[in-house]
Amino acid sequence: MSYLEYNLKTAPTGLSKIFHLNWPVILLLTAVSCVGFLMLFSVAGGSLTPWVEPQMKRFALGMVLMFLVAMVPIWFWRNMAGVAYLGSLALLLLVELFGAVGMGAQRWIDLGFMRLQPSELTKFTLVMILAAYYDWLDVKKTSRPFWVIIPILLILVPTYLVLRQPDLGTAILLVAGGGIIMFLAGVSWYYFAGVVASGVGAITAVFKLRGTEWQFLKDYQYRRIDTFLDPSSDPLGAGYHITQSKIALGSGGWTGRGFMQGTQSRLNFLPEKHTDFIFTTLAEEFGFVGGVSLLTLYTLIIFFCVVSALRNKDRFSSLLTLGIAATFFLFFAVNMSMVMGLAPVVGVPLPLVSYGGSAMLVILVAFGLVQSAHVHRPR
Amino acid sequence: MKRTAKDSEFSSRKISRRGLIMGGAQLAFVGALGLRMRYLQVDQADQFRMLAEENRINVRLLPPARGLMFDRNGALLAANEQNYKIVLVREDAGDVEEVLARLAQLVPLTAEDLERATREIYRRSPFVPVTVADRLRWEDISAVAVNAPALPGVTPEVGLSRGYPRGQDFAHVVGYVGPVSDYDLERLNDPDPLLQIPKFQIGKSGVEAKLEHELRGKAGHRRIEVNATGRVMRELDRIDGEPGANIQLSVDADLQNFIQARLAGESAAASVIDTETGDLLAIASSPSFDPNKFVRGISVADYSELTENKYRPLAGKAVQGTYPPGSTFKMVTALAALHDGVVSPEDTVYCPGYTYLGGRRFHCWKRGGHGNVNLHDSLMRSCDVYYYELAQRVGIEKISAMARLLGLGERHDLPMSAVAQGLAPTKDWKRERHGEGWQVGDTLNAAIGQGFVLASPLQLSIMAARLATGRTVTPRLVKSINGVEQPSHAGTPLGLNENLLRQVRRAMFDVSNSRRGTAFRSRIVEDAFRMAGKTGTSQVRSAVVRNQDVPWEQRDHALFVCFAPFDAPKIAVSVVVEHGGGGSKAAAPVARDIVLQALYGGLPPLAAYPAADHERIREMQRELPLRNPSSAEDGKDQA
Repeated sequence: MSYLEYNLKTAPTGLSKIFHLNWPVILLLTAVSCVGFLMLFSVAGGSLTPWVEPQMKRFALGMVLMFLVAMVPIWFWRNMAGVAYLGSLALLLLVELFGAVGMGAQRWIDLGFMRLQPSELTKFTLVMILAAYYDWLDVKKTSRPFWVIIPILLILVPTYLVLRQPDLGTAILLVAGGGIIMFLAGVSWYYFAGVVASGVGAITAVFKLRGTEWQFLKDYQYRRIDTFLDPSSDPLGAGYHITQSKIALGSGGWTGRGFMQGTQSRLNFLPEKHTDFIFTTLAEEFGFVGGVSLLTLYTLIIFFCVVSALRNKDRFSSLLTLGIAATFFLFFAVNMSMVMGLAPVVGVPLPLVSYGGSAMLVILVAFGLVQSAHVHRPR
Repeated sequence: MKRTAKDSEFSSRKISRRGLIMGGAQLAFVGALGLRMRYLQVDQADQFRMLAEENRINVRLLPPARGLMFDRNGALLAANEQNYKIVLVREDAGDVEEVLARLAQLVPLTAEDLERATREIYRRSPFVPVTVADRLRWEDISAVAVNAPALPGVTPEVGLSRGYPRGQDFAHVVGYVGPVSDYDLERLNDPDPLLQIPKFQIGKSGVEAKLEHELRGKAGHRRIEVNATGRVMRELDRIDGEPGANIQLSVDADLQNFIQARLAGESAAASVIDTETGDLLAIASSPSFDPNKFVRGISVADYSELTENKYRPLAGKAVQGTYPPGSTFKMVTALAALHDGVVSPEDTVYCPGYTYLGGRRFHCWKRGGHGNVNLHDSLMRSCDVYYYELAQRVGIEKISAMARLLGLGERHDLPMSAVAQGLAPTKDWKRERHGEGWQVGDTLNAAIGQGFVLASPLQLSIMAARLATGRTVTPRLVKSINGVEQPSHAGTPLGLNENLLRQVRRAMFDVSNSRRGTAFRSRIVEDAFRMAGKTGTSQVRSAVVRNQDVPWEQRDHALFVCFAPFDAPKIAVSVVVEHGGGGSKAAAPVARDIVLQALYGGLPPLAAYPAADHERIREMQRELPLRNPSSAEDGKDQA
């Protein structure tokens, strides 16, 4: 029973909720998705198939789901947090056991009409369970060791399962996203200092153990890190992705080569141009102006979410909104860092722009939660 | 559990503070991303744009047409023949086996060809054109073009390949081309990117090899846009290369053809030089081979047939072969002695048929001896003892110096393979080479063109030309390159006493015009074309046995050098018939036929020959395997 339920008199009911939605966020999400359609159209060589059409259908489905989720009061979702979390863990176990093998990693379950990536789902169910946990937890106990270990376990269990797949990108997002919620909830700075210190130790260990029986990462993951540190070491092998994507970005210049004129993507020099590396096509064809515009759209989404969260007096709603915004931020920040050669290639898609059903649906549903929190905020 | 409003206020403030920290951190990161984007896209744009261009633009070389070769009258010696071939693109063909089976019904394809083509097709990327059939006739190509709808992915193409219309006549002069090899790359050390084209054809021997640089031309290129897998998307531009230079040789193709035919059946060589310009009119070597076979890739059987032939068809004997010049060297010895003043033309030497030196007996070829001989008699009748005497008086150094002055023992600069230097021996040379001192006996042997002296047919013809003109006639093989006339060498005076030279020439005239001359039977009776010459018979073995009684390899070489017409020399000719026996019997008649052919510019009338020879000459002229003039420009029947 929280503070929220005593102040419901002013919360809108019925269809009038639609007027109280966070419309700027909805418009921004639509704008970003449209940029995605445009780029998928371009990389397909000016064709709606094979990518734009399914992506549009998923966007439509995602929007419907977002509205449905937004209509349901936020406290229902808070009560469902545990179920959602356990459900996504179960799905992760399912891919571990039965998942199809795609691109050398077990990542998705075939639902017939689409392929579901439980790891995508987990990013947001983790945010939910952590927000619910800190909503339930007495604020004074937040920094006590025992109450710190519980959320850490909540983070590490799905992280372990994701790493088993193996999917380093998602694992990093899970840890970072979970960590951010703990930080927002008010866990003492000392813990974070400790984590940074041990993180440095862990990275050292990861590299020290390389080549031994206990090596922590897969060989290809090590190679990606090597390549990141020195892309020119293997320009036609593992460094190919980074080198080619930098060439594409750089050749865009101020205003780009024009829509559908990017030679890098047009001529297939770019790897995975419709998924993880789609930003390079945008940057090549629309240049610095196009790249900064997309970055601005993303930033505005975060901005409106943060504003909504800070004005929301409900602890769960506030943490959930900030957590989802942070995860969304991590998505595009890691993806852009990767294609600009600031981070290793870890396989994180550009949210709402990259081709991919699970990510699109899951992100829109997550923003449904943000909307629900916004609509049902105490007034 | 119920929470107080104060708790909520507290937690809310904390979330606000940390939320702002997070938002600020995110904003900072976004700023960093923006800066990075600016760095890549604006600051380094030029560099990356260049890299992108390199990525997509591929330069394909366009091989230039190789320069042609002509004879002095414009007859084609080396041509670029249109070569029809059929290429297949796998991805367009669909069912490759089916298409190939249909193709095999239209053009001649062996099972082996099909298998090789199929293997190649599947080894390459699906969009790469693979040559299925090569060197097809126009009719085959037409058949394929007509049936194009049933042959998806099949395209006829036209390329150029080297052909030698004159077949084996110029195999040793023009040479042949072949695909560039690793050895060639190392040998040439040439950065020309054309050489990197697989199977690019470069000159392997003869003028083709020596003037490779002029003949090759400059590569053109076309820039094409390719994607990451190398597929050609479109052509951006095309710059045609420069074709190789056309080269006109000084040789006369019809004369060369006559000589090759005349020498057929012998292992022999002949050289004809224009005494006025030094132009080489013919450089023949027999037997020869068909250079077209080398261009196409000669079969092992054909090649071993060439290498195992004891007549050595692959060797260009006219410039590569060196032989003891025998008595043809006597003019050298005579002039050396005369110029040194140790003998005058009228001085006589008694020839008893031999001479003694240090207890060794040196024979004259004539057992009974020649009696008293002066310069004129000694040359006309080829007395050896006279030259043994001269040699002792003048010494080897002066003889060798005279030999070099007349063009022997010197490598003449011709664009042909392995041009031989020959040998005009000196005392120093023998000490260096054999580690022994020079013996007077060596001088005696050298005086009659035996022993260490070696000369090629080319050098002997130059010697004859220099004797005829008294000038430093220098051979020229390349008449013009791309229409630019190459310098010819009328030569400068040799610095020899004209009176002495005239006496030597007069004696040479009598060799083939005096009843007592060694080549009297090979005289020319047409007054305008009288020739002056000298026979030579160089020993291969030391024992004196009749030639008919020994195997071919041990018989004497027959030589003859001459110039004509005597009054106003135009040409000088040398003929060497390996193991042909006596020079007067085996070489002089050939030389006469060549002289007449050259001076008449075609088959000579019988009136130019002595009456007794008419029947035999008519027979020979009829039987001569000359090339049919009607097919002169068509090299394919020789293939």
